[in-house]
Amino acid sequence: MLELSHVKMRYPASKTYALNDVSLKIEKGEFVFIVGSSGSGKTTLIKLLLKELDPTSGKIKVADTDYSKLKRKNIPKIRRKIGVVFQNFRLLKDRTVYENVAFAQRVIETPSRYIRRQVPAMLTLVGLADKYKSFPKQLSGGEQQRVALARALVNKPEILLADEPTGNLDPKNSWEIMRLLEDVNKKGTTVVVVTHNKEIVNMMKKRVITLKHGEIISDEQKGGYIDED
Amino acid sequence: MRISSFMYSIRQGIKNIKRNLLFSLASIGTIVSCLFLFGLFYCVIVNFRTAMTDLENTVTISVFFDEGVTDENITMIGQQIRLRDEVNTLDFISADEAWKQYAEEKFDDPQAAIDAFQGDNPLKNSASYKITLKDLSNQAEFVQYLKGLTGVRKVLSSEVTADGVAALNSVVSYASIGIIVILLLVSIFLISNTITIGITVRKEEIGIMKLIGATNFFVRAPFIVEGVVIGLVGSLIPLILIYYMYDTVVQYIIGRFSVVQSLFAFVPAKEIFSVLIPLSAGIGIGLGLIGSLLTTRKHLKV
Repeated sequence: MLELSHVKMRYPASKTYALNDVSLKIEKGEFVFIVGSSGSGKTTLIKLLLKELDPTSGKIKVADTDYSKLKRKNIPKIRRKIGVVFQNFRLLKDRTVYENVAFAQRVIETPSRYIRRQVPAMLTLVGLADKYKSFPKQLSGGEQQRVALARALVNKPEILLADEPTGNLDPKNSWEIMRLLEDVNKKGTTVVVVTHNKEIVNMMKKRVITLKHGEIISDEQKGGYIDED
Repeated sequence: MRISSFMYSIRQGIKNIKRNLLFSLASIGTIVSCLFLFGLFYCVIVNFRTAMTDLENTVTISVFFDEGVTDENITMIGQQIRLRDEVNTLDFISADEAWKQYAEEKFDDPQAAIDAFQGDNPLKNSASYKITLKDLSNQAEFVQYLKGLTGVRKVLSSEVTADGVAALNSVVSYASIGIIVILLLVSIFLISNTITIGITVRKEEIGIMKLIGATNFFVRAPFIVEGVVIGLVGSLIPLILIYYMYDTVVQYIIGRFSVVQSLFAFVPAKEIFSVLIPLSAGIGIGLGLIGSLLTTRKHLKV
């Protein structure tokens, strides 16, 4: 589902590699944590997977698409197969919960009759059916992240990328989000979570890939959080 | 694009204008002043050109022939002249007609004068071609050509008038084109600025749209709608203004300077607006399109 082979990434102004010879393979239906301290290359990895950046060298393949052969006009097609959740939620503040989720469908030109059906179903799934009229600032952090998750999932992506999804949440809300991600994964979506939430990584016993200074230092099934210090 | 997406783009475009009202109004204002001036120039130029054409038609060149040239030769010369592109009209004035005209102009009792010569024509070598030109600026060159024709004795033309009219015509045209071009560029610049602000305000939304997988066209469409609506509104206001002003101004000029009416007739409003409405709206929409396309191309790469 996701494959990187010998990927190197160096930003134009930088002397060191943000990612150095990274190779990894994530199969369809897997649930994977990517961990590492700041500056380890996690964010770069996410940007490469979303084709916001092109690698300096190496190959990236997502959902059977080789990024080096992907034409610019086809980038939106591959992005529709990937749902993304961010640490700071990135919701549209001037729109209601319903509109935020519907927005994801509008921009990929889903017919309105589907939008009317799918958005309420998705809000029910994340437990926010009764808050569809609320604006983001009227919600708690955990609720906002659930709206963001509903938005990422409403287009039924094959892959869900979560970039520090619990970074701004208290433990209770963090667990709720992780439980939702696990449910999504059980229904067949490949889930990749970038995090440095040690407790969650250690408790969930999933595959853990650890990055340090742009290199993979460990890749374990049912792994745990490696303290770098 | 789906109809629902099309409607969505239009709604978002109009929302952009409202959200960014001050700058939108500034852009509309510039286009209004630009197209208002354009409309005024257009009315003036169309009327000026009509007046010029009227005038040009009265500026004639006369071609006289060598003594003893046969009618056949005269016909041939006529055919040669008629082939030239510059020629608007070509009329043959026979010696008899010339004499009759002369008599009518110079004598109190022309018939008595004609009778006095008893059929003898004192202007018997004065058959001529009277030529009017499509464009007076070519007159000098054309007169040289006529003088070079075999069988042509003399070419009469009023050079001062011709040069003056041609020069004035060009100066007015170039000056107005220059001013309009500058105003058009200012309009594009302002539309582009307005849309840049719209894009900056919606940066987060655009970023999310791209990550979700919106196509380039879908991201750009609302901004293009914004540009086109600004252009269209900006073109309609001056059209309405000029429409109500035109007849009033024409009536005022005629009332004030009655001599104008004897020189030329004003072009009717209907005739002017049958061209000015599509032209102005086209320019307005074009300005909006160019401004928004340039800006979105620059700022909205996937």
